[in-house]
Amino acid sequence: MDEPVALLPLDALHRELGGRMVAFAGYAMPIQYDGIIAEHNWTRASAGLFDVSHMGQLTLPLDADVALEAVLPGDITGLREGCLRYSMLLNPSGGILDDLMVTRRSGDLYLVVNGATKTADITHLALNGLTVSHREDLALLALQGPKAVDALERLVPGVASLSFMRAGAFEFAGVPLWISRSGYTGEDGFEISISASAVEPLARALLAEPEVKPVGLGARDSLRLEAGLPLYGHDLTPDINPVEANLAFAISKRRKTEGGFPGAATILDQLFNGASRKRVGLRIEGRQPVREGADVVVDGAAVGQVTSGGFGPALGAPIAMAYVPVALAADGTALHVEVRGRLLAATVVPMPFFPKSYVRQPLAKAGAAQ
Amino acid sequence: MTLYFTTDHEWVSVEGDAGTVGVTDYAQGQLGDVVFVEIPATGTTVTKGTAAAVVESVKAASDVFSPVSGTVTEANAALTEDPALVNTAPETGGWFFKLTLSDVSELDALMDEAAYKTFVASL
Repeated sequence: MDEPVALLPLDALHRELGGRMVAFAGYAMPIQYDGIIAEHNWTRASAGLFDVSHMGQLTLPLDADVALEAVLPGDITGLREGCLRYSMLLNPSGGILDDLMVTRRSGDLYLVVNGATKTADITHLALNGLTVSHREDLALLALQGPKAVDALERLVPGVASLSFMRAGAFEFAGVPLWISRSGYTGEDGFEISISASAVEPLARALLAEPEVKPVGLGARDSLRLEAGLPLYGHDLTPDINPVEANLAFAISKRRKTEGGFPGAATILDQLFNGASRKRVGLRIEGRQPVREGADVVVDGAAVGQVTSGGFGPALGAPIAMAYVPVALAADGTALHVEVRGRLLAATVVPMPFFPKSYVRQPLAKAGAAQ
Repeated sequence: MTLYFTTDHEWVSVEGDAGTVGVTDYAQGQLGDVVFVEIPATGTTVTKGTAAAVVESVKAASDVFSPVSGTVTEANAALTEDPALVNTAPETGGWFFKLTLSDVSELDALMDEAAYKTFVASL
């Protein structure tokens, strides 16, 4: 670790658990404990506990919703209490400055932003007249996997009643928790915000549940890749807009009509008339992984670039995300990816690579809530 | 048969001018789960200290440097089917390639097992 790094509230616990610590987003973070593949598969089969306390937890006053809509394309004024919305901070060209979650709570708007971008996000929000409270007093845990609900319900009764992208206030041993049914692995699961000073007993209690093992950054990356979820700084950058990133779902219906977000003219034009390039999923023939930065090649010419790539442990095959011209973005398109001077055959495939298993509200109930 | 080690965590086992190259147990632990290995084909000329093979873990690709110069006589075909042999048997079944050494005096600069153990303990 060459850069000076900050320590997570659970630093000592990670080391006690045998975590291999690396510098990430300015923090010493566990990249793995037992091994990335074992942790990945455990999360897909049971429940993995991730320390994501490096992420920025921000609060804004409720009446900041209108001003917040000026920096992102989501419907925040129409967001109901206890609901989460995935959105993106955009620059004036419509390029993505960060992706984030916004939740309306009874007393504030609660934002979770990426660790590596949180300082820039706070500055950007301030420049746009938004006064943000950076809740550095809070830790954030993610419990992900099909058995996450069993383990957490035992410790925090009531969480099982939350559905995907819903959140609420709970308690553990007298300590207040803010829990959402969300995550970034493609699995069912929860994200738990808790005072940093009280996070260790909760983490130990979760790890004592038979379903739960600690999982590091390495498996977090392979899980989100299999789930087709883009990673900021890699698959999303200030040079890429939400339409190109295939994240148009995050542009709320009202905002598509009204506009009024940064880069709206460009983004809405591309939304209706098509963008020139698009983020796609690639299956790579054979076993050799392709990595970020590899060229996508057609007829000897580089036409695009891989932005995330690796081995999908649950699939047992190499997978990647890449940006390619729309003419080459259709499922089934055959391409090549160049790795160390050799061309590997690849096919555009739908994402997620691995099916998501979110616990959504029944349709009737969700309809009633709109 | 004599074992030699590099500071880059490769090993070469030598008998006469015939060598077998692999990575050490320490190296495989640092790499994590190996999912693919690219090995030089038979007949390839490799040079001491330069990249001769590539080992890919879930996270990243890493070069494997040849501990000695020579000509590759056999690539370990078992690694194509089961790259995880690098994790489970790094210093036996997970060898990378065999070669004919072109200059056995290059071995003089490498560490023996005891020196390598001391080196790893210092990391």
